Amino acid sequence: MALGGCVMIAALTASLSLRPFAGGVHPPERKHFAEDMPIEVLPTPALLTVPLHQHAGAPCVSKLKLRQEVKWGEVIADAEAFVSAPIHAPVNGIAQIGGVTTLPNGRHVKTAPIKSGPTQVDPAELKQTLLGGPWPFADIGAIDPAAIVAKCRAGGLVGEGGAAFPTHVKLARNEKRPVDTLLVNGCECEPYLTSDYRLMLEAPGAIVAGALLAARACGATRVVMAIEDNKPHAIDVVRPVAAEHGATVAVAPTKYPMGGEKQLIPTVLGRVVPNGGLPLDVGVVVINVGTATALAAAALRDRPLTHRVVSVTGAGIAQPKNILAPIGASIADLIKFCGGLKPDTARVIAGGPMMGFALNSLDVPVTKGTSGIVALTREDVRRSEETSCVRCGRCVDVCPLRLVPTKIALASRHRDWETARAYHLRVCCECGCCAYVCPASIPLVQLIRMGKAIGKDV
Amino acid sequence: MFDVIGALMPVVLIEVATFRHASAFKLLLAVATCMGAEGMFQAMRGRRATLGDGSALLTGLILGLSFPANTAWHIVFVASLVAIGLGKMAYGGLGQNIFNPAMVGRAFAIVAFPAALGAAAYVPAVDGVTMATPLSAFKAEGMVAPLTLLFAGIGESAYGTSSALASVVGGLYLCFRRAASWEIPASMIGTAALFALVIQLLGVSGGWTVLHELSGGALVFGAFFIATDPVSSPLTPRGKWIFGAGIGALVIVIRKLTGYPEGVMFAVLIMNAVVPLINRWTIPTPLGGPMPVRTA
Repeated sequence: MALGGCVMIAALTASLSLRPFAGGVHPPERKHFAEDMPIEVLPTPALLTVPLHQHAGAPCVSKLKLRQEVKWGEVIADAEAFVSAPIHAPVNGIAQIGGVTTLPNGRHVKTAPIKSGPTQVDPAELKQTLLGGPWPFADIGAIDPAAIVAKCRAGGLVGEGGAAFPTHVKLARNEKRPVDTLLVNGCECEPYLTSDYRLMLEAPGAIVAGALLAARACGATRVVMAIEDNKPHAIDVVRPVAAEHGATVAVAPTKYPMGGEKQLIPTVLGRVVPNGGLPLDVGVVVINVGTATALAAAALRDRPLTHRVVSVTGAGIAQPKNILAPIGASIADLIKFCGGLKPDTARVIAGGPMMGFALNSLDVPVTKGTSGIVALTREDVRRSEETSCVRCGRCVDVCPLRLVPTKIALASRHRDWETARAYHLRVCCECGCCAYVCPASIPLVQLIRMGKAIGKDV
Repeated sequence: MFDVIGALMPVVLIEVATFRHASAFKLLLAVATCMGAEGMFQAMRGRRATLGDGSALLTGLILGLSFPANTAWHIVFVASLVAIGLGKMAYGGLGQNIFNPAMVGRAFAIVAFPAALGAAAYVPAVDGVTMATPLSAFKAEGMVAPLTLLFAGIGESAYGTSSALASVVGGLYLCFRRAASWEIPASMIGTAALFALVIQLLGVSGGWTVLHELSGGALVFGAFFIATDPVSSPLTPRGKWIFGAGIGALVIVIRKLTGYPEGVMFAVLIMNAVVPLINRWTIPTPLGGPMPVRTA
């Protein structure tokens, strides 16, 4: 009895306090701006500029003819390639002349603009269709795994966490590399962002249904939802729903970048993903909570990925909100819906402040990978002058991948590709911990990013 | 930088309390000359003044502490000029130098003014504690200083007073603030202790025990304040262990096998020279292994 009790207590403590990965940082969380704002549907903008390349893989080709009428959810662009995802009309409307836009990451892509029509789906109905319960959990076990993968492909699903990797590629079964665990990533370790948090509070059913579908598709026998311990409400809401359907919640210690696959998998499962490989190589598939909800809507309700939750937040936003926005809506439209920018706004970032991209124009469309818009004020953006590296090694201490960031960054700056390669330039995940801690204010991660972009054969 | 300067204050206070105005004058001269030299060389290079970063102040302070209180003013002056000019600016300024600038200045002075800086030059301080440094007294006459006096650093030594006690207090603060890497002092003191222990166990120590070896001279001061200079020490934890161990071993080797009573300065300079190599040997394997070579 006593022994059993001890074992139980030990197991309980182990499940409560996972040991975090080595390195990482604790930036101020700043989630308070938007964490209590329920998800709202964006009023349909007059024009949607839908990019034809929003995912990792081959770009899509538009199928639209000029002035062709399109209906919400209809395929408007597709590609033959396996690693790609079709794109669907986010609203009812009329196709316009295609153009080109520059995405926040600097990529120039073709677009399929759509002028929205007078009749649109009612916002409440839209939110209910995409996120609301109840979900037919009992049926999931009977669905053919290949059919789920096919629906992911048909629904244009990509990872909503940021990298936008096509979901059907991730979930397709591979006999040589069996998957035992499906990990749902609800860490949202980036400061400010609250879209995943709101989804966990408002749509736990959709997340769990999506997770079970993903597990069925890839053959995982275990479903684990990973949530950082700074989101106790989300843990409280998700845990009972997960438990009801045989999934568990793993509470991860709060540490940036816990939401990175290469940090989350070792922390929760104790497995290390080889560089150049995928979580698949260690029997794991990771999906973001947003992707899970999209998977539920695509597989169980035949609704493709046309909308996503975007946090519009930060001290520069008049009324921070979490918005269910159609893909292709301009970031300016979202900001306008939030009451506009405050006068002391200094910088607007697509994504979180650690890994996001500063925008030089607000006329940029929301894509499947846009998790948030953060407006920083002059006070937030403290610009300090860069000084010489004194090799203090702080960047080495915080690098979650055990790299030597200063060596890679300075080698990249001097185009010394031999050194950059010797110090494993390609392994860098660009989490930005190094630049965050650098006492000399050297833009380490930016230099490394540049090195990866221009030192192509390194 | 300013953390290090703050952490040096216990050492400075004990020295100034012991040697009064002689020591205060020496420290002020070294700091003023280093800062003046930095300003002058930056102006000559047409660069922005970098005095605000505190690094020239720190070099001056460490250099000043490394001279006995009664060192002639011109020696301190020349050593300070060389420390900044040859030790730092010649390489391109902050962050570019290979060797610890303060040790470059001191090495230059030792070579340039051998008579003035030998053991014979030590005169009784204001409150007159010892004539020669405990290390050189032991080397020359086999005289073993009392351990408590040695540890507290009230006596004179090759490096200012280098109170081991004050160095430990300031050094622990530094490591706690993460302004210095704890790996370097740990491995340096550990290795020196190991070497000294072997000598003691071999029975050839002449009553100069491990604790004497650690408390005397500049070992502890050097471990926390000189060897930990980030610019001239390795980047990775593994590199820091190797670096510290190398210095610790060399200090004892120099003390026991050469004509010099103290070895911290040369040990640091020798290991500084090896840092680029250590960095190359200790490139850490990334989490998840190296990227596989892409086959086109």
